[in-house]
Amino acid sequence: MSTIIQDIERRQLREVPRFKAGDTVRVHFKVIEGTRARLQVFEGIVIKRQGAGVRETFTVRKNSFGVGVERTFPLHSPKIDKIEVGAIGDVHRAKLYYLRGRVGKKARVRELRQ
Amino acid sequence: MAKGILGRKLGMTQLFDPETGAVTAVTVIQAGPCPVVHVKTEAVDGYDAVQLAFDAVAERKISKPELGHLAAKGIGAYRRLVEFRGGIDGAVEGEAVTVELFQPGDAVKVAGIGIGKGFQGTIKRHNFSSGPRGHGSHNKRAPGSIGASATPSRVFKGIKLPGQMGAKRVTQLGLKIHEVDAERNLLLVKGSVPGPKNGFVEVRG
Repeated sequence: MSTIIQDIERRQLREVPRFKAGDTVRVHFKVIEGTRARLQVFEGIVIKRQGAGVRETFTVRKNSFGVGVERTFPLHSPKIDKIEVGAIGDVHRAKLYYLRGRVGKKARVRELRQ
Repeated sequence: MAKGILGRKLGMTQLFDPETGAVTAVTVIQAGPCPVVHVKTEAVDGYDAVQLAFDAVAERKISKPELGHLAAKGIGAYRRLVEFRGGIDGAVEGEAVTVELFQPGDAVKVAGIGIGKGFQGTIKRHNFSSGPRGHGSHNKRAPGSIGASATPSRVFKGIKLPGQMGAKRVTQLGLKIHEVDAERNLLLVKGSVPGPKNGFVEVRG
């Protein structure tokens, strides 16, 4: 990749905490409703991280009133106010697509024991 | 209102809007500064046009007639020499056109040599349908009938057949300048632009 493009991309990178698939995160996302902006929190398990540099995105899955909900965020989006990392998951895979087919107690991810 | 510049496509990336967070896909073009080699006028040449040069090279790399044409204007050796019909705003012979000519929001068209795809069949080249893959099919990617028999006993001209695809001049219309970086001579154009990375492109406003 051209160094100029790398520079353009590097300038847009924001500081993000370290987390990986399986971790529980709280994403504080800015929502603009008409004229006023507010923060919306989306909490769930990270099921994947994809892409590199400014183009990197991550997908968070949660269970909302018995329905599985997934939301994908651009990692370096200016609309993300902050990302809080909660439990560190003990998983053996980079993509946790297997959680999609599971409900209830089986849809949990074991917490990593330090 | 005519604008024009020559440049090199560096590649594509994405930009976040700091307020709305919206993502825009942009092509980065390193354009100019292009010395104005020749200004043609209606009175002298029968039409208005401006000749721009781009991509400085060693003198041995270009032909002697071209070198002489550039040297007559006191300009060094450049690989590309392109004429812009209708002229360019504020172009004066001996001076250079830079990206500062463009403003964000300007509508432009970008021309370049598209990526070559080689010798391709009718499915990729002309969007023909493919035949059935299984059940003993002998018509997987064949073009089908290309005409009748004894009458006319020839294939009509212009029938879509396999052949060279791509590596032809393509002009992409309806593009918009997203950002101008005068310091590094960059134009950030919203959307995609013909040609490979490091390909030569002409930007017309």
